[in-house]
Amino acid sequence: MAYTAQKSKIAYDSNELRNRIPGWGVDLDPKDRPAVPKEKFNPNTGAHWTFPERQAERWPRERSPEHKFLTPVFGTVCPPKGISGMIRRYAYKFSEGRAAHWLLLMGADRVDVLESRVTGLLTGRPDNPITEAGLQSEIKHHGLRSRLGQHRADLKHQPLDLLIMVGTWLAVGSAIYALGRAIAQNGSAER
Amino acid sequence: MRAMVYRGPYRVRMEEKDIPSIEHPNDAIVRVTCAAICGSDLHLYHGLMPDTRVGMTFGHEFTGVVEEIGSSVQNLQRGDRVLVPFNICCGSCFFCVRELYSNCHNTNPNASAIGGIYGYSHTCGGYDGGQAEYVRVPFADVGPSKIPEWMNEEDAVLLTDACPTGYFAAELGEIKEGDVVVVFGAGPVGLFAARSSWLMGAGRVIVIDHLDYRLEKARDFAQAETINFTEHDDLVMHVKKITDFLGADVCIDAVGAEADGSFFQEVMTTKLKLQGGSPVALNWAIDSVRKAGTVSIIGAYGPLFSAVKIGDVMNKGLTLRSNQCSVKRHWPRLFEHVKNGVLKPSEIVTHRIPLEEIAEGYHMMSSKLDNCIKPLVQPQAA
Repeated sequence: MAYTAQKSKIAYDSNELRNRIPGWGVDLDPKDRPAVPKEKFNPNTGAHWTFPERQAERWPRERSPEHKFLTPVFGTVCPPKGISGMIRRYAYKFSEGRAAHWLLLMGADRVDVLESRVTGLLTGRPDNPITEAGLQSEIKHHGLRSRLGQHRADLKHQPLDLLIMVGTWLAVGSAIYALGRAIAQNGSAER
Repeated sequence: MRAMVYRGPYRVRMEEKDIPSIEHPNDAIVRVTCAAICGSDLHLYHGLMPDTRVGMTFGHEFTGVVEEIGSSVQNLQRGDRVLVPFNICCGSCFFCVRELYSNCHNTNPNASAIGGIYGYSHTCGGYDGGQAEYVRVPFADVGPSKIPEWMNEEDAVLLTDACPTGYFAAELGEIKEGDVVVVFGAGPVGLFAARSSWLMGAGRVIVIDHLDYRLEKARDFAQAETINFTEHDDLVMHVKKITDFLGADVCIDAVGAEADGSFFQEVMTTKLKLQGGSPVALNWAIDSVRKAGTVSIIGAYGPLFSAVKIGDVMNKGLTLRSNQCSVKRHWPRLFEHVKNGVLKPSEIVTHRIPLEEIAEGYHMMSSKLDNCIKPLVQPQAA
């Protein structure tokens, strides 16, 4: 009864659970739990340095202004490049507490995708919207059967995924078509 | 080498990339023998995580063999079989020496709020991940552990993130004997959180999801009661009714940024990316827990704001606890549990796919096809 001092019987009996669930209660004592207490001083982490040796900075590495200096170790994949790189470098002038920081980075991600579509074409590795979206798995892994009659909540928005997937190609295609048409009409008007 | 490469939202492919090299004296290069696709990889795949750059290789759950070591590596040798925690940690900063390895301050220059993570965008340091033939492992003397002879590789790969994260989710709930625990989300982490809740003495464990096959797994693997939220107009009301209008003692959010249940939030977050994540599951957890109860947040959210019901948190006197799991800290106890048969992580594996089919694997996981719960990726050609 929620309105008296005692809880009503809404949980199972511990003895019954001990018999039914293998390992029930082995970590009942908080002392047996690895993250208790939250902070536990342990100097034996495997580190044999007080401060790690610094990794070489092969190009000006972008960093959050919330860090005092460039961390001694960092990832070196995908350095900023092109327009997206310019936006990213600018975004790192703002602290992590500013929406501008994150929104600029999200914007740079979208620009990066467009840039990569173009460079993919130019370098002979164009993007393939069918294979890269893994659409063959719809056939191999029971696309219809996995969705039909399953009462899934995500069915309401899954069509939007398809729209996002093909939307960029449709938008770019439409823009190219409109541009080409405008140039052609302009040319015929001049004649 | 062959590696999975991100090409933009909902697009990945396998590409040839350079084999990573030693960049710091304590680096190791590991030849990956088994990797996994994690539910949180989907946040990257869907373009939700800021500074996810085209060309990146994902994958923060992997095992492998040490192929090369830097000049200062002392604890590993070439040929050692290792499992690598998803956190990249230096072992010497303020946080690492307090065993808060996921909060390492020396491995992620791009943000101070989170430590480095393999293959998890530049917001987490800009490191490539393990869905590839080879991967660079920084601070090889701190993070990786040799796989014990008795341990199955598929159990090992799940001990790099999913299993310890689920266990840690239950720990954050501060479960006491007889507590009613409600787990939101029956993905791998939710399943391990439910299973671990029993180990900590829960009196009743309820798992909530909308996918019947995952709920079936929650019944089989975690022996939990289950609720499909699509069958209830008002899920919170249902939880209140079955807990005698008191609410659960502990609620665990094992869903995170892409929670279903509200079309509006789905469009705002996953599609328009205007929030750090859909707060639906978290708000259900806040509403479903009893006053003075504990909400454990282990589902991953992005760094932008999310519309969380903080007023209810205050008025109900709730304790909210969360963090990325400091995997290395949990290994000794979890190794013991696996050895004693209390936990069998590999029981949740549903698919094994070659690296060549990585795009299909991501689509299968993202669209929840073929009763997919946990797909493993095999980078080496058979």
